[in-house]
Amino acid sequence: MDVILFLIFAAIAVVCGINVVVQTHPISSAISLIGVMGALAVLYLLLGAEFLAAAQVIVYAGAVMVLFVFVIMLLNAGAETRRGRSWMAQLLGVPLVFAFLGLMAYFVQHVFPGSAEVRFGAFKHGTAQDVGRALFTQYLLPFEVVSVLILVAILGAVVLARKELE
Amino acid sequence: MTGVPISWYLILSAVLFALGVAGFVLRRNIITVFMSIELMLNGVNLSFITFSYQLRQVNGHIFSFFVMVVAAAEAAVGLAIILTVFKNRSTLNIDDVSSMKN
Repeated sequence: MDVILFLIFAAIAVVCGINVVVQTHPISSAISLIGVMGALAVLYLLLGAEFLAAAQVIVYAGAVMVLFVFVIMLLNAGAETRRGRSWMAQLLGVPLVFAFLGLMAYFVQHVFPGSAEVRFGAFKHGTAQDVGRALFTQYLLPFEVVSVLILVAILGAVVLARKELE
Repeated sequence: MTGVPISWYLILSAVLFALGVAGFVLRRNIITVFMSIELMLNGVNLSFITFSYQLRQVNGHIFSFFVMVVAAAEAAVGLAIILTVFKNRSTLNIDDVSSMKN
């Protein structure tokens, strides 16, 4: 059951990920990216990360992607016009990506041989309670720093996107 | 009942990251380039959570959570920059925004 669920949602994630890259219209890429994020949320659940699965759906697939779609609509972004790109990139790009992935798969298989397996329900410390306890004790300082970062980002976005005053 | 090997999750993470890099390098629309960055961040998040599972610790979840927060902040600022660039230049093609080249 675990393997079947993993294969289904990994396939969805990879197909949607390829779609993000090959679609010419940005709105198609955005919808595909939402598919990737939804599939990843299910994989997080399989890994026992309940809180992060919820956060993935709410923050990524909800807030961030709504922002993207909103900007695409606002700017009325059309399909990308293809221009001549260097023949080197076309010739070498795809084989190099596959070579990179092949090497990664080889090393990962060697470092993590088949002994370690993921079973649904074997790791129960990904609940909001456990994440919150770690976040507000051991990681309190990074949490505070990141809240300042969010404040700076809000101010920066407002300053950048405001209308110029005459 | 057998589980899923850890390495499958890591390879999926590498695949998503590589797709993000490919999109970042190949695409010419600035919004799509931005979405490729999000794809890379998602791939890295999957790695963090997989290692967190393997080590039976919650620390990886915290890191992943911080990556999400930084990604949200980055999206807000980046999209504001895209809006400003579009207002000034009326283009979304990154090849046309090259005034710092010369």
